[in-house]
Order: sequence, then structure tokens, then C-alpha cells
Amino acid sequence: MPILRIFERIGDITLYYINQAGRMSIFLFHVIVSIFKPPYYKIFDITKQIYIIGTLSIFVIIFTGAFTGMVLGLQGYNTLRKFSSEGLLGSAVALSLIRELGPVLTALMVTGRAGSAICAEIGIMRNTEQIDALECMAIDPHKYILAPKFIASIISMPLLVAIFDVIGIMSGYLIGVKLLGVNEGSFFSSMYKNVEFIDVYMGLIKSFCFGLLVVWICSAKGYYVHMERKGGFGAEGVSRVTTSAVVLSSVLILVFDYFITSILI
Amino acid sequence: MNSEPIIQLIDVKKRFGSQNVLKGINLSIYEGKTTVVVGASGQGKSLIIKHILGLVKPDSGKVIVYGKDINKIRKKELKEIRSNFGVLFQNAALFDSMTVFDNVALPLRERTKANEEEVKKIVDEKLDLMELEGSDDKYPAQLSGGMRKRVGLARALVLNPKIVFFDEPTTGLDVALSNEMYRVFYRTQTRLGYTAVIVSHDVPKILKLADYVALMHNGVIQDCLPPEDFQTSDNPVIREFVQKTMGYIYESEEVEG
Ligand SMILES: Nc1ncnc2c1ncn2[C@@H]1O[C@H](COP(=O)(O)OP(=O)(O)OP(=O)(O)O)[C@@H](O)[C@H]1O
Ligand SMILES: [Mg+2]
Repeated sequence: MPILRIFERIGDITLYYINQAGRMSIFLFHVIVSIFKPPYYKIFDITKQIYIIGTLSIFVIIFTGAFTGMVLGLQGYNTLRKFSSEGLLGSAVALSLIRELGPVLTALMVTGRAGSAICAEIGIMRNTEQIDALECMAIDPHKYILAPKFIASIISMPLLVAIFDVIGIMSGYLIGVKLLGVNEGSFFSSMYKNVEFIDVYMGLIKSFCFGLLVVWICSAKGYYVHMERKGGFGAEGVSRVTTSAVVLSSVLILVFDYFITSILI
Repeated sequence: MNSEPIIQLIDVKKRFGSQNVLKGINLSIYEGKTTVVVGASGQGKSLIIKHILGLVKPDSGKVIVYGKDINKIRKKELKEIRSNFGVLFQNAALFDSMTVFDNVALPLRERTKANEEEVKKIVDEKLDLMELEGSDDKYPAQLSGGMRKRVGLARALVLNPKIVFFDEPTTGLDVALSNEMYRVFYRTQTRLGYTAVIVSHDVPKILKLADYVALMHNGVIQDCLPPEDFQTSDNPVIREFVQKTMGYIYESEEVEG
């Protein structure tokens, strides 16, 4: 019965995804518990990961931040001019960066740069039995490989977002004030008046959440590469799981962005 | 066989899809003894080891280590049991982004309080034992297959484990070197008295090292016997294996006799 076959398939796929969601939640729980368990870290383990996830992303962040700020200046100016309120450009640029674009774009860039690397690294460790080897040495892989990455990502993300915001506002200023001739005084005064603590707070909360989200999705996908539905074997398995980790993490960033905003606003 | 076994597999079954690999494994491993598992390629020898290590869960049956069913205990207890293990995987499973030195040093650094000086001393000693001096700074990808095996052995032995699992420790080593490895096993075992489970294709040489030999065939352990009894067993499967692997001596006796 082909009709039954279809329902069977739908059921299979649904079960697989429920199973995966459960597995990834348990994974998150284990890693977070292991973060607080002894033995405590050698500082080098964490600084090394901060370097890989954070420091090496700075250049990309500066670049995207600059162009995002520039385009915001340009678009904002042309929209605000219709209402002859170019003076509000400062607050428009700053608010959109701090509340939305900074955290979201930074998280997307970090997913692409560091998240994919984390996923591939852990996926290869799984496929070459290195994770099994750690377990057999009675070394907890959650603690030894994953916890430093989680800590590093949660520390790095807000800092990268801060860099992104500052660079973005500076570029908006350059385009708006220096190129398009918005009054410098009103650019900054509108920014001081309209950006409140709650905005910064929202950006900060988002960047923490995204920092956790990116490292969680990417490392869990790699960690469970051998359980992938379409087969997670060898180099191809790792490449497929890396792609799906980046896609899933990017989509979830946007989904969570909406929900966090709707809770905090 | 008077003492209690420290590892016991009771009717362990495992299938992968339509392939029925383990059809009811019963095996006992005794403390301080060396048990060698032999059998043709693809019979499931490595799989038995993975079951004992708790990496693979059986479909049915029990795996008991130190009196505990390792599929029923908590993570912490399993970790405690595993802290007695030294494992060499068939593919060595070295950490490929760490140097040879760091690979061997890892268990010391993570599981003991040894300082760097002590770590260096112990690691150098183990690397010398495996005739690997001078390769400390290399990465696993820069080693030959046999060297990788030996790094894996050094790593497995570095914490002086109570139970060692060697999956084909001498495959890929030349004859002189594999003889040397057997001497090393013999020396370390008499010194440390560990329990060993060795999977090997190197019959008959490995039998010299064995206290018990288990033959894996058709998804079951045919029998687990001391080497002398193994070689003279009546079990037709074992007889055939002995004839095939130990060759003409026994055959010619048969022809002559
Ligand atoms: N994860 C797995 N998924 C599917 N089949 C598997 C899996 N692991 C092992 N097998 C199958 O189980 C059988 C036994 O594998 P195993 O590696 O234990 O063989 P072996 O006796 O160690 O062989 P060799 O001497 O060549 O190492 C093989 O036929 C293999 O295809
Ligand atoms: Mg094998």
C-alpha cells in the first residue's frame, strides 16, 4: 500500500527529529553540568578557544560591521529625509544596530566562521573514534573538548557584538555626517536621547543567547554525526553535518531573535 | 579457573540491520590472565571489545565488569570502572591534532596530578619502551602505520592500567618489532600483573603469551581454553582453525599418523 508507506515515512522522519531534539537537549544539559564540575580548567584551554572563536573572527566582524553601518546611514538618510527628520539618523542607526543587527549579524558570521569549524572538528573526532578513546580513558569529552568551547563562545559573542555595534555606529556617522551632511550635533544628541539602557540590555541578552545557541547546535551536530538519518560516515558525513549545522544554527538565530525580542520588548 | 572472573559476557547478542553479528557471546576474563581472542576477519572480535568498554550496547544479554552490569550503572560508576582500562583501538584512534608526546601525556595530564617534569619523564620512558624516541614532536598523520600502533600502545600503558585491551597490537609491525612488542608485553605484565584481552591474527606466536585462547566463529565464542588444550581440542571448528593457522606440523602428523 503506497499510501501507508507515505504515512510510515512521515512517522519515521518525525520520530527522528523528535529524537534528535531530545538528544541535543540532553547534550546541552550534560555540557552545562560539566562546566561547573571539577577538575577545573587550565586557563590555556579556554584562552585558546577564545582565540579561535573570538579573536580570529574580529576581522570579519569589523568588515561586516562597517558595511552594515554604512548602508544603514545611506538608507536611513534617504528614508528620514522624506519626513525631513535627518537629525534622527543617529538614533536610527544606533538603535537598529544595538537591538537587532549587531547581535544577529555577528551570530550569523560566527556561525559561518567558527561554528562550522567546531562542527567539523568534533565530527571528525567522532568518526575517527577519538571521542570513544577519550571515554575509555575515563576523560569526559563533554568536559574536555566541549566545555572550553562553550565557555569561549559565551564570552566571545558579547564582545564581538560590542565591536560590531561600535564600528557600525562609526561608519553610519561617517556616511551620514561626513558624506551626506547631516548635522553632527543632532546625530549624536538624538542618539544619546533615544538609546536607553533597555536597548543595550536587550542586545546583551541576545548576544549571550546566540553565543550559546551557535556553539550548542554546531557542536551537538558534530558530536552526533554517527546518528545522522542519511548516514554520517567519513568525510562526506562530516561535510553534510557541517552544512546542516550552519543552516540550523542560522535559522534558529532568527527564530530566537524574534522570541527574545517579543519577550523583552 | 577457581577465582571469579572480573569480566563476564553473558549471552550478548547484537545485530546491525539484517546482519546478525553476535549471536550469544559467553566469555569470562580472569584477573591477571591474558585472554587472546582469535577468529577470521569480520567475525566481531573488535565488537566484543567495544561491548566490554561500554561503547556499544548489546541488543540483549549482559556485560559485567567488576561485578556490575555496565549498561545499567550510572555514568560516574562507568567512569570509575573505565579508569582501570588501557585501550588500544584497532585504528589506534590517536588525537590527530596533538603531537605524539601530547597524545601519550594526555591521560597523565587529565587524570593525575603529575607536574610537567614528571609527565615528561614518564612519557619519555614509555616512548622509549615502544622504540619511538625522536618522534615526540610529530603528528599522527606524519607517522607510519606501525608507529601509530606503538603510540597507541604507549598511551594505553601510560597510567599502568589494571585491565588492558589490545585490538591487533602487532598488525602492521615487522617481525622483529612484533617480537619485541611481545617481550614488552611479557615484561610489563609480569611487573604490573595486569589483566589483558588481546585480539590478534598473529597465531601461533600470540599463543605463547596467552593464558586462555577464545575462538570467535559464526557469532559465538566456540570455546575459551588454555593454549595447549586449544591446540588439541575436539571441537571441529577449533580443529580446523588450528590446522589452517598452524599449518603443516599438525597436518603432516595427521598424514603420517
Ligand atoms: N557500527 C556498525 N554498523 C554496522 N555494522 C557493523 C558496525 N560495527 C561492526 N559492524 C559489523 O560487524 C562485523 C564485525 O566487525 P568487527 O570490527 O568486530 O570485526 P573483527 O572481527 O574485529 O574483524 P577484523 O579482524 O577484520 O578486525 C562486521 O561484519 C562489521 O561489518
Ligand atoms: Mg577488528
